[in-house]
Amino acid sequence: MSDHEEHLGERKSQGVAIAEKPQREGFERDYNKYDFRDPEQYAFKAEKGISRELVEKISAMKGEPRWMLEKRLEGLEIFLSKPTPTWGGDLSELNYDEMCYYIKPTGEESRSWDEVPDKIKETFDKLGIPEAERKFLAGAGAQYESEAVYHNLKEEWAKQGVIFMDSDSGLQQYPEVFQKYWGTVIPAADNKFAALNTAFWSGGSFVYIPEGVEVNIPLQAYFRINAENMGQFERTLIIADKGSKVHYLEGCTAPTYSSRSLHSGVIELIVNEGAQMRYTTIQNWSTNMYNLVTQRALVYQDASMEWVDANLGSHLTMKYPSVYLLGKGARGEILSVAYAGAGQHQDTGGKAIHAAPYTTSRITSKSISKDGGRASYRGLVKVVQGATGVKSNVMCDALLLDERSRSDTYPYIEVDEDSATIGHEATVGKVGEDQIFYLMSRGLSESEALSMIVLGFMEPFTRELPMEYAIEFNRLIQLEMSGSVG
Amino acid sequence: MTGELAIKNLHVQIEGKEIIRGLDLYVKQGEIHAIMGPNGSGKSTLALTLMGHPKYQVTQGTISYKGQDLLALSPDERARAGLFLAFQYPFEVSGVPLSRFLLQAVKARAPETKAQSNGRPVRRPLGQFRKLLHEKMEILKVDKSFAGRYLNEGFSGGEKKRVEVLQMLVLQPEIAILDETDSGLDIDSVKIVAQGVNSLRGPEFGALVITHYQRILNYLKPDFVHVMVKGRLVKSGGSELAEELEERGYDWILQEVGAASTESAEEKGADPDERS
Ligand SMILES: Nc1ncnc2c1ncn2[C@@H]1O[C@H](COP(=O)(O)OP(=O)(O)O)[C@@H](O)[C@H]1O
Ligand SMILES: [Mg+2]
Repeated sequence: MSDHEEHLGERKSQGVAIAEKPQREGFERDYNKYDFRDPEQYAFKAEKGISRELVEKISAMKGEPRWMLEKRLEGLEIFLSKPTPTWGGDLSELNYDEMCYYIKPTGEESRSWDEVPDKIKETFDKLGIPEAERKFLAGAGAQYESEAVYHNLKEEWAKQGVIFMDSDSGLQQYPEVFQKYWGTVIPAADNKFAALNTAFWSGGSFVYIPEGVEVNIPLQAYFRINAENMGQFERTLIIADKGSKVHYLEGCTAPTYSSRSLHSGVIELIVNEGAQMRYTTIQNWSTNMYNLVTQRALVYQDASMEWVDANLGSHLTMKYPSVYLLGKGARGEILSVAYAGAGQHQDTGGKAIHAAPYTTSRITSKSISKDGGRASYRGLVKVVQGATGVKSNVMCDALLLDERSRSDTYPYIEVDEDSATIGHEATVGKVGEDQIFYLMSRGLSESEALSMIVLGFMEPFTRELPMEYAIEFNRLIQLEMSGSVG
Repeated sequence: MTGELAIKNLHVQIEGKEIIRGLDLYVKQGEIHAIMGPNGSGKSTLALTLMGHPKYQVTQGTISYKGQDLLALSPDERARAGLFLAFQYPFEVSGVPLSRFLLQAVKARAPETKAQSNGRPVRRPLGQFRKLLHEKMEILKVDKSFAGRYLNEGFSGGEKKRVEVLQMLVLQPEIAILDETDSGLDIDSVKIVAQGVNSLRGPEFGALVITHYQRILNYLKPDFVHVMVKGRLVKSGGSELAEELEERGYDWILQEVGAASTESAEEKGADPDERS
């Protein structure tokens, strides 16, 4: 998410603030604290609707410093003052008063396994999701941790000085760093939903990678997920210091069942000079969900940022991972896929803002629409004056699987610099009868042939995933193609 | 029991135009049949109809294999019944590695007892498949890197043809139709492909080889040679017929059957694959 009009003005000044070195002194490394906050401390479910009192109550319960409460209240003000966006997807049925804005996950709050819809259970079966994870994914277990694996990784990260914890703990344990960076990449005023997130945020990850440290195993939110982490208003802040390298990975292919109807995360990333960051998301929200996410990375000199993003579920997703290329030679890549089935609208894409010379970006978007689903690509490439020698390439490919489905492309290009090389290519295709016949002639059934072609279409994305995710992702697409997933 | 592909009084239309006009042909397992004939006479139409391409409409006649009505079967069911078509113009499927595709095809044709554990399909012995694939690649001198390449994408005309035959060797059909598999191949490649086909020869394997050239037939030694003109088989014989055609062209046959010399007849041997 982002208000299109507002995307640049503030950004540059923010960029200057961020360019300073993160204060290493602020990092107190007490590795015993890496264990996650006990979620059973208190149970609280907010009443429906929005109020100042609620914001104050949340902040007080979390024992937050004064400045955070002020940020929250400011977020609330902005949220209330901004109109609901009318571009992108249809948000007219979103009723803010009917929603719960804070649910503290506890054992009591989670639903019992019996309450989980059969359709979801069936899908877990077909995907072969282990028992322990199923409960969590269905919201019937408060927490899932792959203990043994996670423990070893945790020790390794600790040795390297890597910080990886949930955001609430981050705020408690690293208040200075938090205050310095939090909300600088995506201020509350960025857009209505970023403001909402600022007011009610809870959970998400806080990650710091020290200078020169390369983390070779993806940091997986999956390992340490708790219900709040994939919650309604999660807030993630990741800082990759100079010359470091990190791959952060969140989500999973299994449908994430939730009775909540709005998910509005904010993901703030800072990629310092020469650092490399990749952020992989696979989301498969249940189809009642409005998924309105703002995710943005500030990328400094010679650094590189890659978003790898899959949107499979939800009723409406509006999500445009962005790279703000603020230092010379910075590189940004956004690779996203979307699957829009019956009753779904995926309004996704990406933004690349070239604010420094010799920055390059590549946006690749692949979408599949089926059973009346709608997939839209919405993207912005902006080159500011003075950013010479910029190269950017945008490719969007849409695959329509039937006549009822829809795809559209909204590419925005704003170039204030003559030397820029901007490429844009868009294709809309159907699966050819001949291709299906060819595969069937070797013994594949029609639905196997179709899903093989669709998997092939997705391959440029899938090959970027870690193996086990790729396998699961492919299996899910196969299920969707055979029509056995609701 | 030896399987027989029986084609009786076949009439096929495409977009309302009749292309096959009363064709009879019987191909048994263990036999090699060659079909020759001028461009546009309907050879590929026959091949695609046998495999069940939805565009080709059978308006009269029957096709059966082992007594089973093939026309009632979908292309994949025909494949699983033992048929295979090496396409004259193989299609490209982007993003699908050859090996992934072939593995699934192998699984589809030999459905194992679907072992399940905790809802997750158990992995088949992948190693065994790889070994088979590599073995066949060696026979056809197809580089191992092709296993990971996307199906026919960026393949040269000749590479496509070789990979068609590779698929055939891996899937081991009972009756194979090879549609101008030798067109567009250099001399050495024709030999390699022919050796590949011969590696399947035996009482279980029958083939219908569509070709313009004597060369591949020298290696395959067909039991029967048929000439197709305007949607009919107008002459049949042994392998000596192919030699005669190579020497004399089609005109004499056209005259024999009372068909006027056609433009396409003069193009005998013109290689349609030069386009690709
Ligand atoms: N898909 C098609 N659409 C229209 N006409 C076709 C199609 N396929 C074949 N034909 C026509 O049918 C005739 C026979 O073609 P084909 O079977 O390819 O001949 P051959 O393989 O013997 O050269 C030709 O006149 C060709 O133009
Ligand atoms: Mg032909």
